[in-house]
Amino acid sequence: MFAYIVKRLIAGVVVMFMISAAVFLLFWYGPSAPAKPLCDRDTNNRCTDVRLAQYTESLGYNNPVYSEYGKYVKGIFVGRKITIGPTTYDCPAPCLGYSARTKVPVWGEMKQRLPATISVAVGGATLYLLFGVPIGVAAARRRGSVTDKALVSSFLVLSSIPYYLFALLTWLYLTVIYELPVFGNPGYYPFTDNPAKWFQGLGLAWVCLGIFGCTQYTRYSRGAMVEALSEDYIRTAKAKGLPPRTVVYKHGLRAALVPIVTIFGIDFGTLLAGTIFTEKIFEIQGIGFWSLQAVYGKDLPVVSATALFAAAVLIVSNLMVDVLYSFLDPRVRIS
Amino acid sequence: MTSQSASAATERGADPFLVVEDLTVRFPTEDGLVTAVSGLSYSVGMGQTLGIVGESGSGKSVSSMAILGLHDAKTARITGSIRVEGTEIIGLAEPRLRKLRGNSVAMIFQDALAALHPFYKVGAQLAEAYRVHHPSASKRDARRKAIEMLDRVGIPQPDARVDDFPHQFSGGMRQRAMIAMGLINDPSLIIADEPTTALDVTVQAQILDLLQDLQREFNSAVIIITHDLGVIAEMADDVLVMYAGRAVEYGQCKELLTHPEMPYTWGLLSSVPDVTADTDARLIPIPGNPPSLLSPPTGCAFHPRCVHSDKVPGDLCATTLPELTPGVRGVGHLKRCHLANADDIYQAEVLPEIAPELVEES
Repeated sequence: MFAYIVKRLIAGVVVMFMISAAVFLLFWYGPSAPAKPLCDRDTNNRCTDVRLAQYTESLGYNNPVYSEYGKYVKGIFVGRKITIGPTTYDCPAPCLGYSARTKVPVWGEMKQRLPATISVAVGGATLYLLFGVPIGVAAARRRGSVTDKALVSSFLVLSSIPYYLFALLTWLYLTVIYELPVFGNPGYYPFTDNPAKWFQGLGLAWVCLGIFGCTQYTRYSRGAMVEALSEDYIRTAKAKGLPPRTVVYKHGLRAALVPIVTIFGIDFGTLLAGTIFTEKIFEIQGIGFWSLQAVYGKDLPVVSATALFAAAVLIVSNLMVDVLYSFLDPRVRIS
Repeated sequence: MTSQSASAATERGADPFLVVEDLTVRFPTEDGLVTAVSGLSYSVGMGQTLGIVGESGSGKSVSSMAILGLHDAKTARITGSIRVEGTEIIGLAEPRLRKLRGNSVAMIFQDALAALHPFYKVGAQLAEAYRVHHPSASKRDARRKAIEMLDRVGIPQPDARVDDFPHQFSGGMRQRAMIAMGLINDPSLIIADEPTTALDVTVQAQILDLLQDLQREFNSAVIIITHDLGVIAEMADDVLVMYAGRAVEYGQCKELLTHPEMPYTWGLLSSVPDVTADTDARLIPIPGNPPSLLSPPTGCAFHPRCVHSDKVPGDLCATTLPELTPGVRGVGHLKRCHLANADDIYQAEVLPEIAPELVEES
C-alpha cells in the first residue's frame, strides 16, 4: 500500500511538471506580449520604447524559453529574485513568482485566498451530499412510483440549466428581488474574525452549489442504489429475515457507496481547484476568482500557480479516491 | 386436486410441514399480466425432500420465493394458500414473515459469489443471520456459531477462514458457506435453489452429500430446485415437474423417473446425456422453446412442442387444459396429460430410444 502511494505521488509530480511546462509554453508562445500591458499599467500609459525594452528584458523575454522555465522551477524549490521593470523583489521558496499586476508574492496570496475557496467547497459539498444521497436512496426505494418519477424528472430539468445561469438567477431572486436578509451581503469574511458573518456571506454560494450538486448526486445515488438493490445479495439479505432498514442501508447503500465516493472525490477536487462561477457571482475572493482576474490581466505567474494548484488538488483527490476505494471494496485491496 | 395432494401426503403418514395449495403468482408488467405460477399444489413433510424440476422460467424459483414471502407485496399478486407449520404465509404481515425467514424457513441460493455480499466477511454475514433471530446473542457468541457452522459444512480452518471475504473462497467453499448461512438457525424447511449450478461435478456431489447429511441430522424438510434430473434422482423423495408455471407431473421419485407419464418429463429424461453411451450419439433435445408466460398456448401449454399429441383424439391438446389427475399407476402419481395409455407409449416408444438396455428389464 505504502509503495503504491509513493509510486502514485511520483507520477503526480511528473504530471505537475508537465502541466507547469505546458502553461509556461502556452503563455510564452501566446499571441500577446505581456510586457506591453504591464509597462502601460505601471507607467500610466506612458510606456516608451526604452521602458518597454526594460520590461521585456527584466521579465526574461529576451532569453531562451528553457532558461526562463528553469529559473521558474528553481524558484519553487530555493526561491529567487524577481525583477519587474525597474524594481527587484525578493521571492523566498516556494516561489511561484510575483503577481505582475499587483506586485505581491503569488504563494502568499494563494495561502490567503485558500480559506475562502475551502469554505465554499466544503459547505457546498456537505449540503449536496447531505441532501443528494438520502433523496437518491429514497427515490431508489420507491423506484417507478409517481414520487420517484416526479423527483427524477424535475431534478433532471434543474441540472440541465447551465450552472452560471442557475447561480445568477439564485442570486438575483434571493438577494435582489426578495432581499432575504440571511443572504444579505455575500462575500468571504474569515471564520476566525466573525463566524456569523462568515456564515452569512457564504450562505448563498453554499445554497447554490448545494442545490445544483444535489440534483446530480440524487441521480448518481439513485442509479447506484437501484443497481445495488437488484443484486442477488440483497435477496439473500431479505431471505435472512433482516429488517428493511438493514437491507437497504447496511447491504444496499454500502455497495452503492463505492461509485458515489468515486464521483465525489473528483467533484470535490474540482471544487477546491476553484469554483470560478460561484466565486465570481457571489464576490468571494477565492482561488477561482483570482485565476479569472489573472487571465484577464495576462498575469502569467498567477495563471501558472492556479493551474498548478488545480492539478495538485486533482492529483491528490484522485489518489485519495483510489486509496479509499481499496478500503471500501475488499476485492480491490492493494497489497 | 387439493384433496388429492393432501391425501398423497397423509398416505405417507407424515404431517406435512409445508402445504402449498392452488398457488398462483402473477406479476403485472408493461406488456401485460404474467402468470408465473398457476394452480400449484404440493406438500413436504419433515425429513422429506421434494425435487422441483423444469426449464428456466417454468416457475420453480418464483413459487419457492413465495414461501418466504419474498415477492414485492405491492406488485406481485399471489392467491391460494401456503401453510408453514400451519401458519398461512399469504397475506401475513411483514414483521411476522421476517421472523420466519432465515429462521424456520431458510433459502440456499445458487451462484454464491453473487448471493453473498462482496464487501462483508463471510463470518460477519453468517453472524448477522444468527443474530437477527437471536437478538440476545452477543457478537462473540454469533462469531463462535459462525465458526461452528463453517466447520460443520466442511470448511478447513474455519476459525481463520471466518475472516475471509467471499471472493477469497473457492466456488465450492462459497456454496458451503451459503449452506452454513442457511442452516445457522436450524431451519425446519430448507429451500435449495439450484445449489449446485456452476459448480464442477465432484464439488456438486460433495455439496449434495453435505445437504443430505445435514437434512438427516436436523430432520428438516427440503425443497431442491433444479433442472438436473441427476440431482433429483440422488436427492428427492418426491418429484414435481413444472412447465409454464404449472405442475405437469407429481409423484414419488423412483416411480416418476421409471414410469413417467407426461411427454415433457420424457423430453427431460431424453435430454440427459449418458456418460456410458457412444460419444458420437446425439443428445435428444425437446423441440421448440419454452412458451411465453404472457400468452401461454391454449389447452395444454406443452402441446406445440409435444410429439405425441397426435395420439390424442381430436384437437383436445390444443383446446382443453388437462387436469392434474392420477394416471394409470395409482393415486400417488399425478399427471397433467390427455394421453390415456401414457406408460405404454413410454415403454414402447421412448424408453428404447433413450435407454435400450432397460427395455428388457421392465
